[in-house]
Amino acid sequence: MSELDELRGGFFEECEDLLTVLAEGLQQLSDGDDDRETVNAVFRAVHSIKGGAGAFGLDVLVNFAHKFETSLNELRDARIPKSEHVIGVFLRASDILADLVAAMRDETATDDAAIEASLEEIVALIPVKPGAEKVDESYAPMSLDFGADEPAGFEPAALETLDFTPEPVAAIEAPVGPAVWLLTFRPATGLYARGNEPLLLLRALAALGPCEIELDTESLPALGDLGPEDAGLAWRIRLETEAKEEEIFEIFEFVADDCALEAVPAESGPGAAAAEDIPDFAAPAFDAPAFEPAPEPAAAAEPAPAEPAPAKASAPKGEDGGKAGEGKGGDGAKASIRVDTDRIERLVNLAGELVITHAMLTQRIAEAGLARHAAIAEGLDEFRMLTRDVQESVMAIRAQPVRPLFQRMTRIVREAAHATGKSVKLVTDGEGTEVDKTIVERLADPLTHMIRNAVDHGIESAEKRADAGKPSEGTIRLSAAQRSGRIVIEIADDGAGINRPRVLSIAKEKKLIPADAELSDSEIDNLLFMPGFSTAKEVSALSGRGVGMDVVKRAIQALGGRTIISSKPGEGSVFSISLPLTLAVLDGVVVRVADQTLVAPLAAIVETCRPTKADLKRMGPRDHVLLVRGEPLPIVDIGAELGFRPPVESPLDSVLMVAETEGGARCALLVDDIFDQRQVVIKGLEEGFGRTRGVAAATILGDGRIALILDVDALVREASGPHGAGHVMALTG
Amino acid sequence: MNEAQEDRRVARREVVVFRVCEDEYCIAIGSVREIRRWSEATRLPRTPHFVKGVINLRGLVLPVIDFAARIGLGDTVTTSRHSTIVVEVRGHLLGLLVETVTDILSIPETDFQPTPALAGDETNEMVSGVILLNDRLLRIVDVDRFAPHVETEPA
Repeated sequence: MSELDELRGGFFEECEDLLTVLAEGLQQLSDGDDDRETVNAVFRAVHSIKGGAGAFGLDVLVNFAHKFETSLNELRDARIPKSEHVIGVFLRASDILADLVAAMRDETATDDAAIEASLEEIVALIPVKPGAEKVDESYAPMSLDFGADEPAGFEPAALETLDFTPEPVAAIEAPVGPAVWLLTFRPATGLYARGNEPLLLLRALAALGPCEIELDTESLPALGDLGPEDAGLAWRIRLETEAKEEEIFEIFEFVADDCALEAVPAESGPGAAAAEDIPDFAAPAFDAPAFEPAPEPAAAAEPAPAEPAPAKASAPKGEDGGKAGEGKGGDGAKASIRVDTDRIERLVNLAGELVITHAMLTQRIAEAGLARHAAIAEGLDEFRMLTRDVQESVMAIRAQPVRPLFQRMTRIVREAAHATGKSVKLVTDGEGTEVDKTIVERLADPLTHMIRNAVDHGIESAEKRADAGKPSEGTIRLSAAQRSGRIVIEIADDGAGINRPRVLSIAKEKKLIPADAELSDSEIDNLLFMPGFSTAKEVSALSGRGVGMDVVKRAIQALGGRTIISSKPGEGSVFSISLPLTLAVLDGVVVRVADQTLVAPLAAIVETCRPTKADLKRMGPRDHVLLVRGEPLPIVDIGAELGFRPPVESPLDSVLMVAETEGGARCALLVDDIFDQRQVVIKGLEEGFGRTRGVAAATILGDGRIALILDVDALVREASGPHGAGHVMALTG
Repeated sequence: MNEAQEDRRVARREVVVFRVCEDEYCIAIGSVREIRRWSEATRLPRTPHFVKGVINLRGLVLPVIDFAARIGLGDTVTTSRHSTIVVEVRGHLLGLLVETVTDILSIPETDFQPTPALAGDETNEMVSGVILLNDRLLRIVDVDRFAPHVETEPA
């Protein structure tokens, strides 16, 4: 059973990709893309989902996908216009399809009402055709029942009983007269290994028209040479059919890679122009009707009434022979493999070890007094570069484009806009930007929330926008870019901007800040991130439950990122998220405190200095502040703060690092010495002994010892608490 | 012959025996991952005094507990002769700093005895039973009680 589960898992993974292709394609269409290939890609995505779903007997999914596909076909054949309404219907249908796939995967209940509604919309799109009043509602998928109730032995005679003439195909255009095809079907071993049954395929073929099937035993080896698991049988088939060439090949679509199939028209007929001896189905060289996945794969498995089906345009141009095995990705999909993330994780760890081992080796060689030995130094240098290359290549494996994430946001905007009755469009930029997989995954929730907020609170109602002289449709711009070793994601709306007086009064009302507090604009903006803050007058269905932005901020922080707001009244707000490229390495400043070696994240350090008397001012009996260009900064003695030693008498002999927290609060961290600045591999700390506040993680140094990585934010926050630096520190820190 | 037959019927359990402050303790061999020489640990700030710090176990950041300190026998002054027993506790690895590992013994289950009632002190909290072996007393350490989340009290 587990093998089937595995197949099933593979199917759902593939569905994810297909849904991405679908959403992307529809988005392009809605942006006015007129490329025929885009429609085809969308169509193929739905078709492939249907095909797979059929194999696993997921009837609800098959049914939905089928109708979706049918109306997409109408679009493809330009029988319905690419109007806004039509694309809208398809967009909603793709949402439902995604939900359905998720429901099937998780085996949860489906939202039947939504499905029904969407189906009605879809079916309504299909123009009523003469002679075909109804789209076939009774699509019967061929499920993979692995031939359980088939006759055990293969009897060619059984086929003859299937010999029947189908009702004439209701061909809507380009009627094709019956043609006679001579086919040779030679399954390879792999076909059987994958659980395919030639009998079913031959039956499906027989359903296309009267056919004679003859077993070809010529290639069967002598008994002595016979491999028990090798495929030796082949069949010669004479098929008389009105079906088009691609319909014949469609039957073999799923086994195309595992068999040799030849089809030669025996008598001339339409659609049988240049086909000669074609060695392999996988690369058909027909120039006549090119093969194209059609809506009805192997539906004729049962002697059901032949398809009155949505017939396709007879000769789609500009599409090269779509190979059955691939071609799903549309434009030149790159070869790729799926790898278990555990394996990648292991590789990432090993690459980290390599970096550490290199550091160790360098240190040992220096200790042995060999560092100046030219050959050794050269070799070591080469080793260093290789190590870095390996490290970067491994990181690149984990890197993923943010595209699927952004794609999902399109839907969020659509739904949020629908719920609020606003008209909003999402413009995305930089979808190809790559970030660590974990970051991409964990960004989904915070981003969803921010996007909803932007629609709900950011964009004004249509009337207000009209009054302000803005176009009635609001725009949210979601962009990603790489800037100096970090990823910056921006969510910009062209709404009203943050209503600062209101934010301030609400914060005072809710007693989040003292009533007499004077805050700067950016401090007011940052109030949005305070726990328990919600500006919505009523709790709306979308956002504004008061558990919003502070959760967002914490989620981003947990990823080592920061959130910055900027807003202009009347022009809109921009929320920027800045994230590290990877969670595995960090640029750090290696410092000494007492007898301990510690690492401070470089990103948090603004500058370092050795203070002079003039820079220091006493505050109370022990504490000092550091004056940096007229700004007094509290000094945090890390050694004392972490309990490694008593507080220093005077910071004069120490080194101070000016640190800035995510919220923009600044303070000076006191350390005994600074050694080095280097890249370190982040190792998680078991949160065993209560949370070690002030310590974010650990790393392994060149000598094999562990150094702790400081959590600058936590240190500053804690230190500034009792200093009475006021609510502002507490707020922004 | 007779004894051997008896032995076959009585299940035996293997334990790793170690010494701390002249007393002998033992841990079921199933929980022990490895035994290594003591190497200096990096101190973890703001942890209870018995948390010796973290050491590098082939790339893994391994927290180490001073066994003597944990059971209330005072903090250990470490030398290179000390050992670290790496144990697995509920899926987490944990190092125990001990004086020296002395034995691996196979002991009939029938020799395992409950702890004599001396309730209350830190030693008994960590010890789940005893084994009397001639004139030796092996205290059986229940590594589960070292599980990190049990130690909630901050220093």
